[in-house]
Amino acid sequence: MEYEAVIGLEVHVQLKTNTKMFCGCINKYGGLPNTHVCPICLGMPGVMPTPNHDAVVKTILTGLMLECNIATRCKFDRKNYFYPDMPKNYQISQYDEPLCEGGAVTLNLLAYPKDAQKLETTVVDKKVRLVRIHLEEDVAKSQHDEGQSGVDFNRAGTPLMEIVSEADMRTPEEAFAYLTALKQILIYGNVSDADMEKGQLRCDVNVSVRPKGQEKFGTKCEIKNLNSISAVRRSLKYEIDRQIEVVSEGGTIRQETRRWNDVKGETAVMRIKEQAHDYRYFPEPDLLPLNTSLGLRSEAEVLMPELPSAKKARLATQYGVSEYQASVLSSEVALADYFEKAAEAAKDKGLVANFLLNDYLAINSDLSTIAVPAPWFSELANELTAGKINSKQAKEVFGLMVSDNPGNLTPLEIIKAKGFVQVTDTGALEAWCDQAIANGARSVADYKAGKVAALNALKGQVMKLSKGQANPQTVGEILEQKLKAL
Amino acid sequence: MSSQGIDVQYVADLARLRLSADEVATFQKQLSDILGYVDQLQKVDVSSVEAITASAPTSNNLRTDELKPSISAEEALANAPVQSDNLFIVPRMVE
Amino acid sequence: MSMIHFSVTALRKQLAAKEISPVEVVDALLARIEAIDPQVKAYLHVDAAAAREAAKSADVTRPLGGVPIAIKDVLNVKGDPCTCASKILKGYIAPYDATTIGKLRDAGAILLGRTNMDEFAMGSSTENSSWGSTRNPWSLAHIPGGSSGGSAAAVGAHEAFAALGSDTGGSIRQPAALCGCVGLKPTYGRVSRFGLVAFASSLDQIGPFTKTVEDAALLMNVLSGHDPLDNTSSRQQVPDLTARLTGDIKGMKLGVPKEYFIEGIDPQVDAAVKAAIAKYQELGAEIVEISLPHTEHAVAVYYILATAEASANLARFDGVRYGTRAEKPTGVLDMYGRTRAEGFGPEVKRRIILGTYVLSSGYADAYYKHAQKVQELIRQDFHKAFEKVDAILTPTSPTAAFKAGERTASPLQMYLADIFTIAVNLAGVCGISLPCGFTMPEGDTPRLPIGLQIIGPNWGEETILRAGHAYEQSTGWHKELPPI
Ligand SMILES: [Zn+2]
Repeated sequence: MEYEAVIGLEVHVQLKTNTKMFCGCINKYGGLPNTHVCPICLGMPGVMPTPNHDAVVKTILTGLMLECNIATRCKFDRKNYFYPDMPKNYQISQYDEPLCEGGAVTLNLLAYPKDAQKLETTVVDKKVRLVRIHLEEDVAKSQHDEGQSGVDFNRAGTPLMEIVSEADMRTPEEAFAYLTALKQILIYGNVSDADMEKGQLRCDVNVSVRPKGQEKFGTKCEIKNLNSISAVRRSLKYEIDRQIEVVSEGGTIRQETRRWNDVKGETAVMRIKEQAHDYRYFPEPDLLPLNTSLGLRSEAEVLMPELPSAKKARLATQYGVSEYQASVLSSEVALADYFEKAAEAAKDKGLVANFLLNDYLAINSDLSTIAVPAPWFSELANELTAGKINSKQAKEVFGLMVSDNPGNLTPLEIIKAKGFVQVTDTGALEAWCDQAIANGARSVADYKAGKVAALNALKGQVMKLSKGQANPQTVGEILEQKLKAL
Repeated sequence: MSSQGIDVQYVADLARLRLSADEVATFQKQLSDILGYVDQLQKVDVSSVEAITASAPTSNNLRTDELKPSISAEEALANAPVQSDNLFIVPRMVE
Repeated sequence: MSMIHFSVTALRKQLAAKEISPVEVVDALLARIEAIDPQVKAYLHVDAAAAREAAKSADVTRPLGGVPIAIKDVLNVKGDPCTCASKILKGYIAPYDATTIGKLRDAGAILLGRTNMDEFAMGSSTENSSWGSTRNPWSLAHIPGGSSGGSAAAVGAHEAFAALGSDTGGSIRQPAALCGCVGLKPTYGRVSRFGLVAFASSLDQIGPFTKTVEDAALLMNVLSGHDPLDNTSSRQQVPDLTARLTGDIKGMKLGVPKEYFIEGIDPQVDAAVKAAIAKYQELGAEIVEISLPHTEHAVAVYYILATAEASANLARFDGVRYGTRAEKPTGVLDMYGRTRAEGFGPEVKRRIILGTYVLSSGYADAYYKHAQKVQELIRQDFHKAFEKVDAILTPTSPTAAFKAGERTASPLQMYLADIFTIAVNLAGVCGISLPCGFTMPEGDTPRLPIGLQIIGPNWGEETILRAGHAYEQSTGWHKELPPI
């Protein structure tokens, strides 16, 4: 029997704000333990929360970017459970009136893992629907020792968005693409740096399997401890195989939470879900409900960036780059911005795209931080377009410019230093052509006999004589004229 | 709603209160009395309230995203029952 | 009459005229405390040295300059203990000031000491304190009311010129009535709660205990106003509450709710309050009979909503970051279970369990959500009433002070002591209690104070203070001194 997996993701995203969700402490990764804290985020007796305006606006912005419905009225609730990383032993969250509901994440081609991009089974531009996005506060971090744990409240109170997807994904690759595309959007909106290694984006996976064609969901397991997008993919691959094996051998799946072991590459039981948590949600009496129509939504609308799909379309039409190039360029907002600056003064924008996506990538696989001043790309491309250097020279200049440029020379300076001056003076060119014809009787005869390709041999001679500085196009024209006149 | 329904032991566990058997028995009786009294609310007709939908507030009391001074680790830990290396120490947590 | 019997207003006049110095005032008060507090036990903690030190540099030109004020042990005062009369907070030193404490400091007040209370403000007699109960200055065999019993007894016994308390279901007004002083519960949102250890966040308000209504107005001027640290505090303008205390209340419409004069009310209380109503008529007020039909459900609603919030508010007392922790815990669950079992007293445990239960899965709709709807009906009752009247007159408590130990066996009986005050918190409106007479001495029970409650609409502090002041000036009950 053929089985299919059903996957839903719960993603927690730390918002990029100056301060924490409910107090004025700095929202910053790291720091000495318990130095980014105050009575409020330590849950001292008598303290009260005050919500961070920017965190609310950034959550609404996320909702707008993901096409969610933004609630006009929303409120905060207390989610009650005891744990040493919880300063108040309740978390301020949103229960039945979240900021955003609905919406979707579109899985564009480039969001899929490279090896899956070419597969026929890959569903390009699939929409994974969202259930909701709500705003809450992060908990503290703890480190575990022999017999005891130590708690550091620096992270406690960081603004945290919870983004819950529908169980719309069917393959580990789709989960990978979902996270990649989501991360891309979050960075586009400057909502979060979404760095999984720093815990800025954290993901819990729910997965079940069922016979293909069956409507009813199987029993799901939750996977935790996923520290990278590729770990999500690998853990799902493992877990789906495991579940299919159990089911196809007539066994049943137990509802449980499993921990991913990245080194061993397998999931193992963490705890069995005996009963649902009783979180005893109730409205947070220390906070008034919010009305997003009083400026908050319109503030988020102002911050709305050009989204990846729109950017891709614009780059293709505005710069005449290929659709593939536009996709790659728009995959990261920093890259797209860089490209637009790099291509700004170029006569042939496509040349800049080629330099960036072919030549640059050949040298340096990381496009997120390019140390070269963007206008140099235009400068170099324009020299080539104007025929002042040839493409071979241009490649050489490019290589020096990006990876061997201790003097921080501009492309023009490199061209000059290299003596890459194309000779277009016809007097000199004619002299070299005459010499080539005189020395190349064989090629001349072949050409005369109708072998057009023989012209290239003569051209090569001229280039040699000119030490590569002759303009090949002009040389060709002169040679042809001279040969015809013979 | 059944006022006899309270399972004091279960609720005390949820609230992380370790009660003695005597306390469980005493509370079981007292809380059943109180819940019996509270049951009077069931006869109150709240249909007129049901009709009122929660209205959106007329202003938002939000904090500008500006830094305020934190306290030092020493101050933060001044009240800690057990501490070490700037951390609040608790028995080992198990996940 | 000696210096300690002054009202804050009288004291300020003397201080401003340099008739007396802040140091003399503090010394006189400390002597009084030393003499009688071993019997009254209003204070948990008096920092005499700090008070004397503060007195030396007191700026008497400020609104409360040089005036010593007692603070209920539920408010954070930076560098001071704040135990909420609970073992679980033993040793805790507040790392910050409550907003109201900052306001008192800015106004030049001298923070004199911390007053006793029911543990975490849960109780009506101050018998639920982990540090021993406070006694009524009018009869040491009787309770002072609660939960702010220490503050009420301190002011009633003239061991303090004024005190701060907190009121969730009557915890200022009921002890004020029982101790023969003035206590005001502001409109919800009028006074910042930041720094008040929360019992039921949607009902708690901080308010003053004073010897006169004018003093209450003076303190409210200092305490009121928006606080950016309290999201629920209001931006509503604060008028000068002392400005309109003219004694003239002609034409004021005062409502008398028929539901508040019921069976179970002590006949002497009933008579005293009815006499007060007659007095108001004499003063030119118009008395209107009104109805607050859902009042009978107030206690039931309160014990669901307040305990639900309390169950979450008290979750933070877990032995991790402050307070006491059980010895040698074997694990996190053991630490929680024993720390909280050993740290909380029986009433607090009872309310945590009740509050946890009414929020738990399967019961939240029937209890918590339903109670919220009945609360809305109670609120509507008041709003309808205030369309017809300016303020409402009721007894503060159905009885005068009862004997210590008399009601501890039955929590429900104890809860019913707050029957007239609770609805005010549920509706969010303001209320004041002021002396309106005494019971007759009977056997070994001496005469005990009776309180009149005046309830005003949202932001109606000015109205209830004006009404209270006019009555007080025309009667003089506030001038009576306790036997101690
Ligand atoms: Zn903080």
